[in-house]
Amino acid sequence: MPDLAFDIAHMLAGSLVLVSFMMIYQDRLSALLNTFALQALLLAAAVGWQAYIQGASHLYASAGIALVFKAIIVPWALHKMIQRLGIHREVETVVGVVPTMLAGMGLVALSILLMLQLTETAESALAREDLAFSLSVILLGMLMMVTRRNAVSQVVGFMSLENGLILATTGAQGMPFVVEISVAFSVLIAMIVIGVFLFRIRERFDSVDTEAIEHFRGEKRS
Amino acid sequence: MIGAGLTIVGLLLVLSLAAAVLPNGPKSPVVVYGASTALCSVLATIGFAVLAASADPVGLILPIGLPWLGAHFRIDGLSAFFLLLLGIGGAAASLYAIGYGRHEHEPHRTLPFYPGFLGAMAVVILSDDAFTFLLSWEVMSLLSWALVLTHHRAEDTRQAGYLYLVMAGFGTMVLLLAFGLMAGSGGSYDFAAIRETGRNEMLAAAVLMLMLLGAGSKAGLMPMHVWLPVAHPAAPSHVSALMSGVMTKVAIYGFVRVVFDLLGPLPWWASPVVIVAGALTAVIGILFAINDGDGKRVLAWSTIENVGIIFAGLGLAVAFRANAMPGLAALAMTAALIHAMNHMLFKSLLFMVAGAVLNATGRRDLDALGGLIHRMPVTAALALVGVTAISALPPLNGFVSEWLMFQSVLQSPQLAQPGLQFLVPAAGGVLALTAALAATAFVRFFGVIFLGRARSDPAAAASEVDRWSLGAMAGLAALCILAGVLPGLLIDFVGPAVEIASGDRLVSQTSNAWFTLVPLPQIDSSYSGFLVMAFVAIVGGGAAWTVHRIASRGVRRGPAWDCGFPNADPITQYGAGSFAQPIRRSFGPVVAARETVFMPPPGDPSAARHAASTTDLAWRHLYTPLIALVGALATRANSLQFLTIRRYLSLVFGTLILLLVGLATWN
Repeated sequence: MPDLAFDIAHMLAGSLVLVSFMMIYQDRLSALLNTFALQALLLAAAVGWQAYIQGASHLYASAGIALVFKAIIVPWALHKMIQRLGIHREVETVVGVVPTMLAGMGLVALSILLMLQLTETAESALAREDLAFSLSVILLGMLMMVTRRNAVSQVVGFMSLENGLILATTGAQGMPFVVEISVAFSVLIAMIVIGVFLFRIRERFDSVDTEAIEHFRGEKRS
Repeated sequence: MIGAGLTIVGLLLVLSLAAAVLPNGPKSPVVVYGASTALCSVLATIGFAVLAASADPVGLILPIGLPWLGAHFRIDGLSAFFLLLLGIGGAAASLYAIGYGRHEHEPHRTLPFYPGFLGAMAVVILSDDAFTFLLSWEVMSLLSWALVLTHHRAEDTRQAGYLYLVMAGFGTMVLLLAFGLMAGSGGSYDFAAIRETGRNEMLAAAVLMLMLLGAGSKAGLMPMHVWLPVAHPAAPSHVSALMSGVMTKVAIYGFVRVVFDLLGPLPWWASPVVIVAGALTAVIGILFAINDGDGKRVLAWSTIENVGIIFAGLGLAVAFRANAMPGLAALAMTAALIHAMNHMLFKSLLFMVAGAVLNATGRRDLDALGGLIHRMPVTAALALVGVTAISALPPLNGFVSEWLMFQSVLQSPQLAQPGLQFLVPAAGGVLALTAALAATAFVRFFGVIFLGRARSDPAAAASEVDRWSLGAMAGLAALCILAGVLPGLLIDFVGPAVEIASGDRLVSQTSNAWFTLVPLPQIDSSYSGFLVMAFVAIVGGGAAWTVHRIASRGVRRGPAWDCGFPNADPITQYGAGSFAQPIRRSFGPVVAARETVFMPPPGDPSAARHAASTTDLAWRHLYTPLIALVGALATRANSLQFLTIRRYLSLVFGTLILLLVGLATWN
């Protein structure tokens, strides 16, 4: 039975990484948001599974927060936003899909190499694998932030990064609940703030393409 | 004792605040300088008492500063000796300033900083933890910087102040690193704990190098000396006297305290760096002193020379100590510490002379002076004592410390390492050359200023300075003679300090007949300043008496011999440039000397011109490229300010990945 628990947790964490890869090649915003919602859903499942196998009831609350806020409210709000902005069909990438995917694979390799090496003394294999996967998710989220130029997809990259953080915190046993709560709320607030900024940027520049700000500053350097 | 010392420091700081806050009247310079004189005398007395009684170290912890550390203070033989030095120097400079300060146009630019500067130097000497030490070191730097900027309306002064500030910041940063290394990862910053911590030789040598950079930049060791010849002369003369005479010694105190007391055993191969740096600083410093045309700058360059001599002595002490020869280390250390004291005495005296000349004539450039021995006879006599002492001529005090220095150089064959056996005599040769060049420099200094005929109208109309200034100078001159004639007293006095720094001390000298020095009883070399003085007095006095008695009592004034060139113009005299020329020609490459002669073409009746210049090679080969490099890097980095958000994110991301890859490969 413990093996099954391990396998399921492993599978859920692994599929988070997989969905991160899916996010990298989504070049339409609405598809990207759907993928993000899928990732949040998987996160909620992973956290819930952790709660079950660790017997830690407060993790159910974490899972609930992930499900309600990140899988439902945030994607819904962002969908609304891009429709109001009229950019839901927009296609944008700075770097091509193939190099990005290759870079992503490199990052996953790096994080697994690093984590398995560094945590040799850790007692549970589960925590080690979880940490390796969550570092991969974090790095892929950052990769997404730097390879997109649209502010909305940068926000999505940031939130996906935060999914990785949540995964790491729940995998490590004994992480206080208050930490997760505060992480979750700060990300929510960040989303609100960034959303407000998006509209301000849009009002000013008729675009949420961050390259436009460059033009405005008169310092365009390719 | 420590409580009394700190009370005096507190009073000096209060005096500073009072001078800053209270309205300035015409009497305020007299009050501030008078009070500083009294307080510094008390400091000197405290140092004297601790040394005379060979008192045990006394510590005191005040609950100020960092909350978990407090402020540790301690007075032992070493700090007492430097406290004595500071007290004498500070009292003399303050006494001098009672008279000299009257001529300051803006006394409120000096008064609020002056007592605080003295107090900060005393705290550096008394502090017993790294935090208090560094804090007071920085306060000392900042207040002296403010004092350098007294005459801030001159462009040169502002540049000097900027340079000084940069170098002082560099020095403190390096000291911070040194203390960080000494404290180690789990270490404490109070000196007692640092003393207990064991460290390997490489670490100790690294700390030595950092101290050489940090304390050396304050003391004027090459190549960190560049600020000194511009900043010391820019200050008012009593402050110049303090900075050259006392502050460089506070820097040397820091070096001795850390390297010889706190650091523990050093490998022998660390000593050549100190010896070579000291010897080169000495000889190059004095070469620049000979070539400089500005009286106060000559003195500042000579400060660099003397600091070099002191560091050479300290390097010898490191070498002897690493070879487990505490007796010889004590000899070298005694030489260095006594030279520090002597240099304070005669350099303060000479800066005061330069200030007196500046007040009387308004000119600092040597080529505008001349003939002042007639207008300022007392100053001239005191200056003669000062230049004789600084030229290391017996029977004055400069000779004593240099003689001790050469005594320890002569013991170098006892060192175990062949490299040091060759290096130390070579350094001794350089030091001997330095001593000869110093005599040249000060013959020139005295001759051009006081002898001959006046080269400008202000010099012809100069008048003697006030009694306060003369009193301060006379006091220092008397101490120079006393320390020269009775050196045994001074050597016994410095014993407790030497013992802390080198683990041993010289045998007591006061019991020898005729006040003779016999530093190493097993080696038959001795010197008696008293006998030399008696000989000079008897022969000189007797000759004068005989001449006046037998030949004639009258004083006649006749025309000077004109070398068959009856041109009465004073400008045709042998001048400052003329004295420097042979040295400049012989040592041209060292000082990067250039001479240009402009001959007007035939038919042009204008005068021919000759110009000579010297350049500090440290500027050409170190600082100018360094400044260019910093400028180029800053220009490159400038474009980093104008990136997009995405690029900034990429930078962060890239750095993170780089660090992670580093971590992965490191393991």
